[in-house]
Amino acid sequence: MIPELGHFALALAVAFAAAQFIIPLWGAQSRDVRLMAAAPALAYGQLIALMAAYGSLVWSSVIDDFSVLNVAENSHSLKPMIYKISGTWGNHEGSILLWCLILAICGGAVGLFGRNLPSSLRARVIGVLGGTSVGFELFALLTSNPFLRLWPVPLDGRDMNPLLQDPGLAIHPPILYAGYVGFAIPFAFAVAALLEGRIDASWGRWVRPWTLASWSLLTTGIMLGSFWSYYILGWGGYWFWDPVENASLLPWLTGTALLHSAIVVEKREALKTWTVLLAIGTFSLSLSGTFLVRSGILNSVHSFANDPTRGIFILGLLALVIGGSLLLFAIRAPVLSASGLFSPVSREGALVLNNILLCSIAAVVLTGTVYPLFADLLFSAKISVGPPYFNATVLPLTVPLFLAMAVGPVLSWKRAALGPALMRLWWAALGAAAVGIVAELGYRAGSAALAFAAAAWLILGSFAEIIQRIRLFQVPLTNSLSRLAGQPLSVWGGAIAHAGMGMTIAGIAGMSLAQTTIVAVRPGQTIALAGYEWTLLGLHDEKGPNFNARVADIRVTRDGQEIGLFHPSRNAFTTQTMTVTNTAIQSSQIADLYAVLGEEHDGTAVLRLHYNFLAPWIWLGALVMAFGGFLSLIDRRLRIGAPARRTMAVPAE
Amino acid sequence: MTAINRRLVLLLPLGIAGVAGVGLYSMLDRMRSGKFDPRGVPSALIGKPVPTFTLPGQGDSPGFSSADLKAQGRPVLLNFFASWCVPCIAEADVLLALKQSGQPVFGIAYKDKTEATDAFLRQHGNPYVQVGRDAAGSVAIDFGLYGVPESYLIDTTGTVRWRFAGGLTADVVRQELAPLLKTLT
Repeated sequence: MIPELGHFALALAVAFAAAQFIIPLWGAQSRDVRLMAAAPALAYGQLIALMAAYGSLVWSSVIDDFSVLNVAENSHSLKPMIYKISGTWGNHEGSILLWCLILAICGGAVGLFGRNLPSSLRARVIGVLGGTSVGFELFALLTSNPFLRLWPVPLDGRDMNPLLQDPGLAIHPPILYAGYVGFAIPFAFAVAALLEGRIDASWGRWVRPWTLASWSLLTTGIMLGSFWSYYILGWGGYWFWDPVENASLLPWLTGTALLHSAIVVEKREALKTWTVLLAIGTFSLSLSGTFLVRSGILNSVHSFANDPTRGIFILGLLALVIGGSLLLFAIRAPVLSASGLFSPVSREGALVLNNILLCSIAAVVLTGTVYPLFADLLFSAKISVGPPYFNATVLPLTVPLFLAMAVGPVLSWKRAALGPALMRLWWAALGAAAVGIVAELGYRAGSAALAFAAAAWLILGSFAEIIQRIRLFQVPLTNSLSRLAGQPLSVWGGAIAHAGMGMTIAGIAGMSLAQTTIVAVRPGQTIALAGYEWTLLGLHDEKGPNFNARVADIRVTRDGQEIGLFHPSRNAFTTQTMTVTNTAIQSSQIADLYAVLGEEHDGTAVLRLHYNFLAPWIWLGALVMAFGGFLSLIDRRLRIGAPARRTMAVPAE
Repeated sequence: MTAINRRLVLLLPLGIAGVAGVGLYSMLDRMRSGKFDPRGVPSALIGKPVPTFTLPGQGDSPGFSSADLKAQGRPVLLNFFASWCVPCIAEADVLLALKQSGQPVFGIAYKDKTEATDAFLRQHGNPYVQVGRDAAGSVAIDFGLYGVPESYLIDTTGTVRWRFAGGLTADVVRQELAPLLKTLT
């Protein structure tokens, strides 16, 4: 009964979404205030229907209703409760439903927080979101229905892929999807602006918070995914340039560009056409990423059950959403009047450079990801593009990007002088050079030393804008401190996000210096690695809820001092006859000790031990970046509607 | 920039997206008809004689050799599988349907434990005439196996006629295997 209710609620959501698409857009076109005012209510209706649908899927999974095909294929009665819940989005059908739910939440959020938007803009934004929802919900309903029944009812389910039974991966998809789908809001704002034929500073101010929120979530989502591959796959790597990883990186890159170009729209009313294109492009890349993964076109370790028929449906959907918006862009963009001139050396100029570099990186990553496909299609050549290509093309582009990241914020708007700006960064340059030289002398690793210098440059340079704003050492210290307290949160947010990038770079550089060894040892034997002594105490069996574990006990000491007991294990999942390695990681602030248990042979066990220098900084830096985004988001000046209250007259209703 | 030029520049994104869309559509279209397989590397075995092998069976039951494949009097499907492979589970129903239609299917359990294979066949059904055990994966090397599951069609002269890497689906059987079988019998 419950699954049928969910099925019905999904169909109802399609109806609501269709109404949400047609009524407000028509209302905005015909200037009918009542029709426009219906937009939020329709968005709420769609949201409630989808919450009911998703709730029934979760319910079916929680009560082990194996008559539901989706539950039978992906769940098992012995599976821990958290994975019964997270299992609903760990498969194709459920994850598409989650997509729809998040899209509906976006519509609801614009309805709720957008009360102070001009009514026609709000109606159009919600309408565009509704149109996108119709497509995805139809996709769920027609080709990926999670509520299909199974007869006869199996005694138990097939269980979820053990690799996915992990707390980190339980929360990874919702956060990542929230980031992907969140870019639907800037997209909807862009399309609405094209329909309205008008973009001004307030448009930039409205778009920015939504972009920031999605960007922060996407940053966190990518970080969780990378962390998962670091500790669950047990390969010691954290980024593999896998197509699915690239698919998440692409919208992140263009989204970062969008975040910055929207500032220019807001402050200077320039770069309007470009910003609209970026907003459309970012969401298009989010959608295409999903398409490439789900259709089975891309060869990836993450693949879902693929099906070309589903691929055709999504491709049609993409053609409508992306093609339609780009067509609208081609027709309407000339209407957007350009204003706000600026000289190449200025804050705007630096942000344009940022956009050019970020989009170039996105372009080379995109090329590397899809080139093998098109080479196969056009020249029947089987090639694979691997990390060497990405490292060779992306890294050179990051050098000017990192250089400019510290310089940009100290430039003034409109027209700036480069010399004085650089002078203000002398101490950051000095610090970076010192770090680089120490790293080179200490590790003799040229590129890593360069990366360390870049990281120091970024971390120190990020705070140059604040130091400049509080006129440190130019006015009395108390005066500076009171200025410090008065700095808007968005300035802090920007500085912290840039510093977070620096931390991630330091982590990546540190990881390239990681020390690792693979050894076969007997219990009692000790291995020395990176100044630590690793002793295998013994091996024993343990029983988990749905797996049997073989656990190694390793004591790690340093100069006789115990650092910790490690318990890496190999978990054999009973229902899926699959073994998953469970890495043991102990993290200090500056390094990870990382142990993986391999096969056993005649009393010896294979151990892989790592000393990953600065590894935690990779993910910590990403979290700091997301935190910076969050700080900017809660800045009063950006709070949605706050500026509108002053500048806009609410139309009579 | 003249107005016309500006128009053209603004049309550029749509053009790029359009070209990409057409490309992706033709990929999907060819995937459905089996002409395009982004995962597969073309097999060097097509048109060549099947590699010679003799494999032990499950427990007490006999295994089979490459000679047995030719001796069936009709083309046989050779299927590499393993109990630890998820697409193999998905494929099981398709293989059972083939068996019911009278098509002999031989199975090679690739790098799998006997008990695990037994449990797999009990749970998901046994479509195979015989199961051979390739515990070391050495026969798979001779075949140039891309992964499991993978299926080969071998005609009565012992020549490999067709290869499919990945789980068989009803569509693949209908669009590729069935027409080919018709021409061979």
